[in-house]
Amino acid sequence: MRLNDTQRIVGNKAAPLSDFARLMRGLHIDGPLLGLLLLICAFGLAVLYSAVGESMRLTMNQLIRVGVAFAAMLVVAQVPPDVMRRWTPWAYAGGLVLLVLVLTTGVVGQGARRWLDLGIRFQPSEIMKLAVPMMGAWYLHHRPIPPRASHLLFLFGIIAAPTLLIAKQPDLGTALLIAASGLIVIVLAGLPIRFMVALMLAAIPGAFVLWNFMQDYQKQRVLTLLNPDSDPLGAGYNIIQSKIAIGSGGLFGKGWTNGSQAQLEFLPERDTDFIFAVLAEEFGLLGVLTLLSLYILVIGRGLYIAVQARDTFSRLLAGSISLTFFVYVFVNTAMVSGLVPVVGVPLPLVSFGGTSMVTLMAGFGILMSIHSHRKLLPH
Amino acid sequence: MSLLSSIKDHHTERRLFLARVILAAVVATLLLGTVVVRLVQLQVLDYEHFAERAQGNRIRIEAVPPIRGLILDRKGRVLAENLPAYQLELIPEQVDDVDDTLARLASLELINADEIPRLRTLVERGPRFKPVTLKLRMTDKEVAHFAIQRPRFPGVDFRPRLIRHYPNGPAAAHAVGYVGALSENDLRNLDPTRYSGTGQTGKTGIERSFESQLHGDPGYRHVVTNARGRVIATETGELQDALPADAQPVPGNNVYLSLDLDLQQIAYDALDGERGAVVALDPWSGEVLALVSNPSFDPNLFAVGLSTQQFNDLQNDLGNPLFDRAVRGTYPPGSTIKPILALAALEVGATNLTRKKMCIGYFSLPNNTHRYRDWKPEGHGMVDLHDSIEQSCDVYFYEISLDVGIDNMHKYLDQFGLGQATGIDVPGEKTGINPSREWKQKAFSNPDDRRWFHGETVIASIGQGYMSATPLQLASAAATLATRGSRYKPHLVAAWENPLSGERTLVKPSLIADVDIKNEFYWENVIEAMHDVLQGARGTARAAGIDADYEMAGKSGTAQVFTVAQEDEYDESEIEYRMRDHALFVAFAPLDNPQIAVAVIVENGSSGSRVAAPIARAIMDKYLGVDDASQ
Repeated sequence: MRLNDTQRIVGNKAAPLSDFARLMRGLHIDGPLLGLLLLICAFGLAVLYSAVGESMRLTMNQLIRVGVAFAAMLVVAQVPPDVMRRWTPWAYAGGLVLLVLVLTTGVVGQGARRWLDLGIRFQPSEIMKLAVPMMGAWYLHHRPIPPRASHLLFLFGIIAAPTLLIAKQPDLGTALLIAASGLIVIVLAGLPIRFMVALMLAAIPGAFVLWNFMQDYQKQRVLTLLNPDSDPLGAGYNIIQSKIAIGSGGLFGKGWTNGSQAQLEFLPERDTDFIFAVLAEEFGLLGVLTLLSLYILVIGRGLYIAVQARDTFSRLLAGSISLTFFVYVFVNTAMVSGLVPVVGVPLPLVSFGGTSMVTLMAGFGILMSIHSHRKLLPH
Repeated sequence: MSLLSSIKDHHTERRLFLARVILAAVVATLLLGTVVVRLVQLQVLDYEHFAERAQGNRIRIEAVPPIRGLILDRKGRVLAENLPAYQLELIPEQVDDVDDTLARLASLELINADEIPRLRTLVERGPRFKPVTLKLRMTDKEVAHFAIQRPRFPGVDFRPRLIRHYPNGPAAAHAVGYVGALSENDLRNLDPTRYSGTGQTGKTGIERSFESQLHGDPGYRHVVTNARGRVIATETGELQDALPADAQPVPGNNVYLSLDLDLQQIAYDALDGERGAVVALDPWSGEVLALVSNPSFDPNLFAVGLSTQQFNDLQNDLGNPLFDRAVRGTYPPGSTIKPILALAALEVGATNLTRKKMCIGYFSLPNNTHRYRDWKPEGHGMVDLHDSIEQSCDVYFYEISLDVGIDNMHKYLDQFGLGQATGIDVPGEKTGINPSREWKQKAFSNPDDRRWFHGETVIASIGQGYMSATPLQLASAAATLATRGSRYKPHLVAAWENPLSGERTLVKPSLIADVDIKNEFYWENVIEAMHDVLQGARGTARAAGIDADYEMAGKSGTAQVFTVAQEDEYDESEIEYRMRDHALFVAFAPLDNPQIAVAVIVENGSSGSRVAAPIARAIMDKYLGVDDASQ
């Protein structure tokens, strides 16, 4: 298998490259991944234009954010994985310090303390979305795979510290996503199956502990999921209206900018967390499946890059980034269609908003870097 | 590190990783499959159901506003109730041309033309499906008139609603307060879910401070609407059967005030034609028995919604009817604080019960020619402490003022509640000023002004100078004299009652402070002097105390007016009138078993004993007489 790879890569090098391919290679860009991401963003902008009430100004704002995010991806793609690995502990430690700063001196908004004001306001939890899987991969890079029990303990510590700090803000949605990105690293590193089973069993009492940890509004969301009709004007309103929007879209949808649920403002948060319902209402099942297919292709390409990666760090990191992206897609779509409780997770690359998009695209930049900096032979 | 890495088995590791990626891909496919199955269920299998709910005949959830709790007096007489009336509403999503519709309604004189901009904003701001109230109370004629025109106004309709009504009108307007249309500011501060069907909220008084008790919780019902959004009555049919259960609104709690409507009315009538305030308290509980400010206004105007013109008239009225003098007006307390200062003087040893001073009509500080005048130019002659309270001799208090000192004055006035909020349960009370050295340091920026001068102590001893207090504070201080030192927090609300279960929650008296004077002898002598103010041979208010079959105590006060507000426009005779002294009187009764304490202020009333004292007497007569009869 290694020999085949070598041959292919050598063969590729020998084959004449088109100018375009040479440019892409020079810029460390992965063509298929870039193409898929551009398609998703284009589709997303079209849906967003409808969701913000056909406001050209807001759509242009988002277009600028998309541009910035792609630029971030391009920059990250230039950094070789080895360099990233060396930076990892610093990034992680820096992120932890910022999280502590948030809790002590952060800016309060919407009932939570999530932002730091350093000239511009930003959420340090965004750094951790990448730093946690990187740290996990960094830790396992030089250690035997599958990890030993003592190593596992340390890994759980790496995940738990930022997760708890973010949960305390409180931002349970982000905390759970970051925990997931770290746990994915451990699972990919070969966490023994019996451990996984034990973890799942532990999750049952863990859920009760979590219940006590949750704010009232979060408990309400869980209860609402179980019986949305119990409070149709209050907590259940979002999910009822969202289901009506999705269901009434049917197979082919009501047409772009024609969704009555979205346009008449029945649908709350239609341009952010619930934008998937706008898509489903206006483009129908067909549109939804198109977007989901694009997502699946992105995830597939990411996992392919992970499998092709040449060292433990790259492999685990690429796998975690791809699967975390899947978690985003799943949690948002399942939440909007009423399968899981409402947690504040945007639909990646489509929802209105900038910070999370930059983080996501930086993640794809890492994937591209890993793929384009592959060495001929590891070690 | 290099050693460690050398023992890694890269081949096994890659195989393991590949296996895990495949496992993850399978799990991911299963999870995403669930979402797809769910979407197929929603968009294909249940498509008809959701399409029906979204389009065409749509089920709308309509909030049913709760019935606002009543406000009643201590004997259960209604102060605020709800009466049915028709109101005109517009549902934005059903109106094609809002401007045209409003203009045509104005031409029919159903709405006021100068209201149009405000109504337009309301229509644009709110959710499209939520009705906007155009007119709160339609007359029968307007209802009939509109009923004929109704087909020409899609999206506009009239609807029966309950309107807040205050049967006693202005008499208790400041205490009870009023409700008014929800403003945008209100909407930001209130829970939108609880107020989704509500058009009004408490703006002042008890209506505001007990809003959360009075409001109740809305219910909701599901209604079927046609493509234009108008509600269709469907007695039977599949649509109706498919509707989820409705929920009944929970009415707001009834709030019982400690106010006695009879006292309130007497006080209001007594102030007729005057500007002033009356506060009566139960000294042993802090219950407010009467809280009157005059001139007043008709709170029903606000409940129905007043025009810009009406509101401006109220705002610009020279009598300032919207201003609650009882809790927000601050006046120099004048001689009404003499009993408190007498107690302080006795307690700190600045004088005793037998020491006499010669009053020659004025007082001067040593080495200073400035004369601090007594109200009686020829003087009171030889007076002791008792005489100087009974006859309100100023010179005696000037004489002892420096021995008491501003620090002690401040300390004991503070214990009687001056200079601090009483904590009454209506919003917006003022604290007044109980001056002290510290206060002066903070109040002035110029270093020369920040020093405390002896002369200021002298005039503070007769309640002038910087000192100011609200009528409520003076009533509370009188109540504290009545209880011989126990100060209870004044409160208007005595209880609230769940209208469904009849369960009542009582407001318990809350003791704020005990005055730090333990010698009963001092109390009894000072109160005896206050008794003689009304019922002694030489009391300043003996005319008001005449022929009473119970014993009472009181103290008159006259507060100088130094300036008339510059921005107001008065003619010359008006200025002269407005420079007349304010008349004050505080009292309590019966002497040994006090049941009521009163403070009365009549602005520019000139004489506390002549103008204010009879009002206090009338209130005490009514309260003690009525209570005796009922027991």
